[in-house]
Amino acid sequence: MSAFQLLNGLTYAALLFVVASGFTLIFGLLRIVNLAHGALYLLGGYIGFAIATRTGSFALGGLGAMAAIAAIGLVLDQGLLRFVGDNELRQVLLTLGFAFVLDDMALVIWGGDSFTVPIPQMLKGGMRVFGVYYPTYRLFVLATGVVVFAGLWLLLNHTRLGALIRAGVDDAEMVEASGVNIRRVFLVTFLLGSALAGLGGLMGGAFLSLYPSADAEILVFSLAIVIIGGRGSLVGVGVGSLLVGLLNTLGQVMFPELAYFVIFGPMALLLAFRPLGLFGKATAA
Amino acid sequence: MDRRQFLKSSTALAAVAGAAAMPWRRVRAQTGPIKIGLLTPLTGVVASGGKEMVEGVQFYLESVNYQIAGRKVELVIEDDASNPDTALQKARRLVEQGNCQMLIGDLLANTGLAVANYVKGTGTPYFIPIIAADDLTQRHRIRNVIRVAGYSASAFTHPFGDWCLKQGYKKIATISQDYTFGHEQCGGLAQVFTEGGGQIVQQFWHPLNTADFSPYLGQLADLKVDAIFAMETGADATRFIQQYASFGLKGKTPLLGSMNATDQSVIRTLGEECDGIVSAAHFAEGSDNPVTRKFVKEYEAKYGKIPSLYGFSMYSGIMWVAQALEKIGGKVEDRDAFIDAVLKTELVGSPLGKTVKLDAYGNPIYDVQIRKTVKRADGKYWNVPVTSYPGVSQFWKYDPETYMKQPPYSRTFQGIKKA
Amino acid sequence: MKIAGMTSRAAVAVLVVLVIAAALPLLLSNYRIELATEILIFGVLAMSIDILSGFAGRTSLGHGAIFGVSGYVVVYASAQAGLSPAAAILLGVIAATLVAVVFALLAVRTSGVYFLLLTLALGMIVWGICLRWTQVTGGENGLRGDVRPAFLVGHRAFYWAVLAATTLVSYAMWRFVRSPFGLTLLGIRDSESRMKSLGYNVPLHLFIGFAVSGFFAGVAGALYALFNNFVSPSTVALQQSVEGVLMMIAGGVGTLFGGFVGAAAIIALENVVSAYTERWQTVLGLTFIVIMIFAPDGIIGMLRAILVFRFRSSPHIAEPRFELGNKDTS
Repeated sequence: MSAFQLLNGLTYAALLFVVASGFTLIFGLLRIVNLAHGALYLLGGYIGFAIATRTGSFALGGLGAMAAIAAIGLVLDQGLLRFVGDNELRQVLLTLGFAFVLDDMALVIWGGDSFTVPIPQMLKGGMRVFGVYYPTYRLFVLATGVVVFAGLWLLLNHTRLGALIRAGVDDAEMVEASGVNIRRVFLVTFLLGSALAGLGGLMGGAFLSLYPSADAEILVFSLAIVIIGGRGSLVGVGVGSLLVGLLNTLGQVMFPELAYFVIFGPMALLLAFRPLGLFGKATAA
Repeated sequence: MDRRQFLKSSTALAAVAGAAAMPWRRVRAQTGPIKIGLLTPLTGVVASGGKEMVEGVQFYLESVNYQIAGRKVELVIEDDASNPDTALQKARRLVEQGNCQMLIGDLLANTGLAVANYVKGTGTPYFIPIIAADDLTQRHRIRNVIRVAGYSASAFTHPFGDWCLKQGYKKIATISQDYTFGHEQCGGLAQVFTEGGGQIVQQFWHPLNTADFSPYLGQLADLKVDAIFAMETGADATRFIQQYASFGLKGKTPLLGSMNATDQSVIRTLGEECDGIVSAAHFAEGSDNPVTRKFVKEYEAKYGKIPSLYGFSMYSGIMWVAQALEKIGGKVEDRDAFIDAVLKTELVGSPLGKTVKLDAYGNPIYDVQIRKTVKRADGKYWNVPVTSYPGVSQFWKYDPETYMKQPPYSRTFQGIKKA
Repeated sequence: MKIAGMTSRAAVAVLVVLVIAAALPLLLSNYRIELATEILIFGVLAMSIDILSGFAGRTSLGHGAIFGVSGYVVVYASAQAGLSPAAAILLGVIAATLVAVVFALLAVRTSGVYFLLLTLALGMIVWGICLRWTQVTGGENGLRGDVRPAFLVGHRAFYWAVLAATTLVSYAMWRFVRSPFGLTLLGIRDSESRMKSLGYNVPLHLFIGFAVSGFFAGVAGALYALFNNFVSPSTVALQQSVEGVLMMIAGGVGTLFGGFVGAAAIIALENVVSAYTERWQTVLGLTFIVIMIFAPDGIIGMLRAILVFRFRSSPHIAEPRFELGNKDTS
């Protein structure tokens, strides 16, 4: 694979990582498969777009998107999900219903045109890396992915909250029994996961554009990543993102007619041998 | 008018009409309203186009005060949800429950083909100003499925291939969405271009809704071609044009687009990255033809945007039907006469500013405009005609019978002449 | 006295329902007959999902794909390959069963949320193949053809044919879940570890259960292909799977025949709502949310609760109430 295509795969993987890491945090700790995650991504993109075009600030757009999506996550978690208990099927279908509503609302507010989040002047144009001309913005996405990874790694491994999250992933009841208010940890995790979807929406909205059904596409990739990486594993989601991003690029270059199969074929194979994913662990629950 | 209110009242009316006993209906029908069922994607991936389709139809019907040939017109709008299963279900409802005498609309080929397959059985006239599948006016015609003010996919890319030759292009690469509409548009260009001595270096087919075009752009950049033809619609078109610019291909290799790639529905939200893309179409919103100008101006004043292909086509399509109905005194119940009238009608006064008629196969013959995206004085982009091919047939310069003996364009058959 | 495995009271009730169902087309408009046909077809799909969900504790989000594959094969075999409708239907159902077998091989070792995820992902693969294998599947445009034999072209004739088929497969499904094998599945649903320690081969039972469920989904898919004369990627998409599951839940998990009630409710809702508002998607989403929060036992479950409260009797409907997607309590 040429350096150019490698960069394509890596930058796409970085975006997928930002979105999927939020997904896996929620899935890992709360055991909730949040099928509204894609809708949160898309809505985050739209909100970021609205703020960025009005204020002219990309950074404000990002902050606004994260805050707004975290707030919507709060509504989903506290307003709806807590009424269905820990029944997986009800959770899944509830989040899907929520996604339908969000998508439709987005269609009402922004219409169906495709929008692109405006990027700041300094990120426009391109630069030479490894001897190829490459768009600066995509390199910025790659860098953001790395920063988010580092941030999450520090959070999970060097803070009390992180320790609680990690312990909760393994055995939530045990943490609860030790006197910690695990509900609070759940809530913070849900908000953080949602905010990451919002951030992903803004970043993706600037080079993949925003339009109805963009949510489903990113959700499918996120699902694949989490299934490959395993539940609640940060390294897993990193590796999963790289695999999916690179396979996607490789597939489009080498087997264009099998585009989806190149990602989902290996995933199915992997599952046959490791049902819990590469880094997933069986849990006590 | 409040659309929801309108929908409500019209479906209520439909229910009443449906409940009426059969023998009554025939008698009442002659004096009752003309009921037109409009199928359009109001939700789903092409929702914005669907909304403009409604606008186009309403814009025309309002201009005639919802009166055709002295009869009241009732428009019933149904959302096909960009989904063929839903389109089929809604078509059934419009015909069997709503007693619509005709259907018009649908945007995506799969929805249109599903409905066409259905009306083949019922005989309901179905008008398709947007559905462009070649074979509906070529190898698999259905008498009651008529392409009023529409086009067949390869009809405009044939002359476009010829134009490319005249530019002195020797080598072209194509990139396209991988479905029939794309195969047909690329095929039209590839056949004429290669038969005239040009070379199609490579063809890329990607799935609809490809988020990231970078893998393709990398390969396109390596090809060293004279021009790149991109057959993209909707969000894919937006992204492709944008990423084409951000990867620095713009300015290096001229970009040619299918008509839908530079349609207003796409370039409306774009900036300078869409500047200078050349495409071929029957309609150019930036034309200086006075009739076109007037239409664009009025449409813009009413809806706050330059009309797209969808608004224009539906406006002209319903106008065509109306003109045919005028000729037969509004007797929509006599299906055969109605269909005959539509087929024989020559559309006058449409935004094209030219009279249009159907060929012997039911496809309109247009002057094909070679258009270029240009910045307007107010900073918006639109398509301005550069040159024009008068009276282009869907068969280009080929003999229809011979042409239809070759297979329809597909991923594997692009009509490419081996050098 | 037992008639075909039913108590005589139940048999009479079934007969009454069948007579009413058979008489319906004489009263309804053509469009309504088509809706009723659709309800029967999706009722079968919902029931096939319920076999796994209500009786084996595994909910599949991939049944829409199994359903759709059958449709693809039916349309392809009759329109493209020129086979007779009967042969096409047979092939379609076989194909669906085979897909279910593959799904089952990969999925039976998982449970709970992993089972949901895995079946969802497998369904996506099928969708991707239908979308991209253009030469065979027609890609985005799908496949069209006149699949119905001439004597079934009329609305009523087709409705009656579907009703007959539905009655037959419903009876078969009912016998299946009441068979010793079905009771073993129930045992697995309630406690996998207990069944294991009793010496049952749990994965094998689930595998067979999945394949049988896929067979019935395939029957529904074949009927749907005949109904539409058309099939496209949206027929195998996730939305189809989800709607099937929603119908099953709306009817009541583990009630089997609730599938028809759920299908009727959802199809009626979609039709009524979409006539009055463009925002039917919001309404559908809200329906999901409301059902999940307020009526997880479904319509049948609610009715039953009311009935039990009123009469405190009816031994023949005294099946245990089912929790949605029971977790393995190991």
